[in-house]
Amino acid sequence: MTRYIITRFLLMVPTLLAVGVLIFVLVRVVPGDIVALRLVLGGSFVTPQVIEAERARLGLNKSMWAQFSEWMTGMLRLDLGRSMWSGEPVASEIGLRLQLSLELAVIATAIATAIAIPMGTLAAVYRGRWVDQVIQVISVAGLSVPSFWLGILMILFLLSVFNYLPPLVFTPLWQDPKANLAQLIWPALAVGYRYSAVATRMTRSALLEVLREDYVRTASAKGLATGIILRKHALPNALMPVVTVIGLEFAFLIGGLVVTEQVFNLNGIGKLIVDAIAQRDYTLIQGLMLLVAVGYILVNFLVDLLYAWIDPRVAYQ
Amino acid sequence: MSTFRPSHAPRKWMRAGAILLLVGLLVVGTLVVPGAAQQQPRRGGTLNYVVTAEPPSFDGHRETTFALLHPIKPHYNLLVKFDTRNFPKVVPDLAESWTVSRDGMTWTFKIRQGVKFHDGSTLTSRDIKATFDRITFPPEGVVSVRQAVYQGVKAIDAPDPQTVVFRLKWAVPSFLEKLASPFNWVYKAEILARDQRWYERNVMGTGPFRFVEYTRGARWVGRRFDDYFERGKPYLDGYNALFIRTRSAMMAALRSGQALIEFRGVSPEERDELTRALGDRIQVQEAPWSCNLIISFNTKKKPFDDVRVRRALTLALDRWGGSRALSQIAFVGPVGGIMRPGSEFAISDADLVKLAGYGRDIQQARTQARGLLREAGVPEGFRFVLHNRDVSMPYEHVGIFALDQWRQIGLNVAHVQAETAKYLADLRAGTYDAAVDFACDYVDDPDIQLAKFVSSDVSPVNYGGYIDRQLDLMYFQQSRTADKAARLRVVRQFEKRLLNDQAYAIYVLWWQRIIPHWRKLQGYKTTTNHYVEPDLAEYWLTED
Amino acid sequence: MPGSTRGWRINRGRFRPWLRFLRRYPLGAGGAAVVVVMVLAGLAAEWVAPGDPVAANFGAMFNAPNRAHWFGTDAFGRDVLSRIIFGARTALVIGFGSSLLGATIGGAIGVASAYFGGITDLLVQRLVDIVISFPIIVVAMAIVAIIGVGTDKLVVAIALSFLPRAERVVRSSALSVREMAYVEAARALGCSHGRIIRRHMAPNVLAPYLVMLTSFLGQAILLEASLSFLGLGISEPTPAWGLMLRGAAVDFVQRAPWMAIFPGLAISIAVLAFNVFGDALRDAFDPRLRT
Repeated sequence: MTRYIITRFLLMVPTLLAVGVLIFVLVRVVPGDIVALRLVLGGSFVTPQVIEAERARLGLNKSMWAQFSEWMTGMLRLDLGRSMWSGEPVASEIGLRLQLSLELAVIATAIATAIAIPMGTLAAVYRGRWVDQVIQVISVAGLSVPSFWLGILMILFLLSVFNYLPPLVFTPLWQDPKANLAQLIWPALAVGYRYSAVATRMTRSALLEVLREDYVRTASAKGLATGIILRKHALPNALMPVVTVIGLEFAFLIGGLVVTEQVFNLNGIGKLIVDAIAQRDYTLIQGLMLLVAVGYILVNFLVDLLYAWIDPRVAYQ
Repeated sequence: MSTFRPSHAPRKWMRAGAILLLVGLLVVGTLVVPGAAQQQPRRGGTLNYVVTAEPPSFDGHRETTFALLHPIKPHYNLLVKFDTRNFPKVVPDLAESWTVSRDGMTWTFKIRQGVKFHDGSTLTSRDIKATFDRITFPPEGVVSVRQAVYQGVKAIDAPDPQTVVFRLKWAVPSFLEKLASPFNWVYKAEILARDQRWYERNVMGTGPFRFVEYTRGARWVGRRFDDYFERGKPYLDGYNALFIRTRSAMMAALRSGQALIEFRGVSPEERDELTRALGDRIQVQEAPWSCNLIISFNTKKKPFDDVRVRRALTLALDRWGGSRALSQIAFVGPVGGIMRPGSEFAISDADLVKLAGYGRDIQQARTQARGLLREAGVPEGFRFVLHNRDVSMPYEHVGIFALDQWRQIGLNVAHVQAETAKYLADLRAGTYDAAVDFACDYVDDPDIQLAKFVSSDVSPVNYGGYIDRQLDLMYFQQSRTADKAARLRVVRQFEKRLLNDQAYAIYVLWWQRIIPHWRKLQGYKTTTNHYVEPDLAEYWLTED
Repeated sequence: MPGSTRGWRINRGRFRPWLRFLRRYPLGAGGAAVVVVMVLAGLAAEWVAPGDPVAANFGAMFNAPNRAHWFGTDAFGRDVLSRIIFGARTALVIGFGSSLLGATIGGAIGVASAYFGGITDLLVQRLVDIVISFPIIVVAMAIVAIIGVGTDKLVVAIALSFLPRAERVVRSSALSVREMAYVEAARALGCSHGRIIRRHMAPNVLAPYLVMLTSFLGQAILLEASLSFLGLGISEPTPAWGLMLRGAAVDFVQRAPWMAIFPGLAISIAVLAFNVFGDALRDAFDPRLRT
């Protein structure tokens, strides 16, 4: 079992390394120059000397290999370097936005789970009946509606009907919970709809699989109440794939909400990614992509562990 | 013993009359006095305003964006500045007076006494010298973006603590206006001596507000500096610059009063929406804007190397009609040539209509355009790409307008809106057919506006790739002429050659500034550009 | 075999499976019908659309839905309904183009990787692991940043974004086939790799491939909408649903809500149709889910 954990953990390292190399190369292949963006746009008097001086300052005039080894050695010290645009440490730039993105992800997950598990269960239990049909249609609609459009409609609704506008600037939870939640609840709902749709469908199909199992049929034949069957046998076993899906969606929410954050004017990781790419801020992009990849890989790792714990047979394959 | 009060009827009336008079005075007083007080700046209050982008660093000498000026400018002073109420008049700021030698090559400035930095130390000419040395002769590792503007400066001296002398290599015209650039913040010499790059991430100035805090993605906060050299100012207790990126969020902030103003400008539709929603509580100020949209042709690529094709393309644009239509949905409007219409060096309307593409008869212009295209051998339905930025206002609008106009002379133009980095890369690499370009400046000076169009081996921002020594010569001439009339003549020649004869790059429309703001904000007057604003020391808030 | 199609006689036998599908999965059939309507509208856009989707008409900006403009006009006075109909064409071109490209190439890699196994499989899987760890929108943005904007480039960008997921799905299905006895037999008989892949493995991954394709269609349209909304997709003035939601539609949503409502509805209905059809297809193919 420990060997399994260690193996899985060690496998993460080369993957991350490969991710690092890939990102480093890709980011420099993209046409566009941060220095030009910063100095040339709208300014008529920038001479090539000025541009060269700036490039030297950012270390862009060094060879690719030199830049790469500098970044890598920094990484070993857990130093992600400084953003080329603002000069702030990459870690602090990310950390600032991570707060909002994490909170949003947590709220959206809570909403999605609260909706998905009951709905999915209902759909599975009453399969084929109109409850199931309705829930399925609602779920499929959730996958089909662009969440940023939902956000736009939500704002329209709030403005037109209630003449209410959510706060536009982020306040941390401990500073002012009301303002914080007032801002985040709306994007959480917009995102949560799609999220719950995915989770509902997975709950339903996982539960259907389990409900077909022999031991469930036996328990039912023996006269055990449906409620107890669900609670004690079916749901716990169906939960694994559902947890996987929820975990993956959670990882996606950190950095995947690029468009929703635009609509709601949120200062999150998605927006940072858009900005970093738009500004060709190599170090920041590298740091961000690494964060996203690490998040995803970490979640996968945790889910694998969970699987192994629940079903020890997995560890011995 | 009973109290005895003599009843004197006349005295009773007198008393009643006195009381009535007193009450009357009080009533009139409460009506009139606050009204009068309304005209007097009121001390107190915090101003919230929107800034739609964030500053990349805190160093004014290094940046070119309004995103730096709007939140950070209130912490600093300049040597001389533009009077926002009488733009473009240059008035004293840290310099209280100045003299210029007869030959125009020596400028002597007298520096104010008793100006304090926010840390308590006193400003002397040493600080001014250190600042302008940095701007004009940047040391290793320092980027001074506008260095080339000051290439006429030979040396800067500080003979005594209240005097600064600029010695020039030639009589630079409009030198005062150049010094008054809103980016020339005066820094502390002691700090610069210690670390030339300190100001990139720190703030220490002499301005009316001291720095409190900066939360990335949220706000920049400033508080009144009590030892500011202008007694009684600033009126405001402090300010919050809110960083709100999307336009709908900005509009929402303005509409709800979470912010009172945004110092760049809104579109006509946005203005209408605010006036509709807020009515009397909002006031709208409009002014021409020293920003323009240009279309640049890649003269290295066929068929844009043929002057007939370029002239056809400029003739096809109905600028007057476009101005009417587009000014309803975008903040563009004034039709002009190379200098902002209405400015000192602007062309007269009578001369303007003689330039290609500025005539009033669009049908005739279009026929002429078609003829030129035929002559040049460009087939009907010829396809090329107009490169543009992916910014909606007003680039997209003007791009669509140009496409529509060129469609009407039989051209099939595709529109590519690339993200700014890619757009800029294409522009600089010369891998485009035609591209929308723009220029925004803090003052209307030919030295600054014309610099873009000299030959590509001289101007780093000439994207057309052409070499034209006549233009170079004319630019050099006007930048050395102190005589205003002579300078004007050369500028007109430059304009005619660029826009009419050669059409290397053409002006489409100039922008229009529309600033709606809550009436609560007083003392604000809109100028022709968004770089010299905000002048927070002058603003005050009414009671509410 | 019953139901031969010789001659022009319409033979009910051939249609029986389709009718069965219709009856059992009415929702899926409905989805398919919507897709057909969309395809027809996209193909015949010039005849179906009431107005010009591209010509600006500055005299009729922000008009509410009326008799002349059923869905109103946008910030340039263009007829929203016409833009939606032409937008269907853009959506279909991008949707089908990128899905087919991504699913096919990804699927081919998946089959090959599953078949050959060993080091190749390991390496390919590691590579796919890396790319899959990023949200699709981020991958698409990165590709667009490299290759630029434009309809054709967008197709490539979206196709490449789907590639890893396609590879995963097809590979897992192909893995199960590889263990089958008849594949072993074919190897024993000396059949070439190519022949085995083509004749034995590919047909058996066809079902998951088709289901995946329909899900990609919906996702491609959503991805295009997101990219255009960000300004990284289609450029004005080409009508595209995501592009219509950008800029003025959001800024003036209170004044002219129809600018935002209709394109969003179009996207939702189209993607819903594809998803519902795909679901029905999957249910139809999956023997275990048959009652």
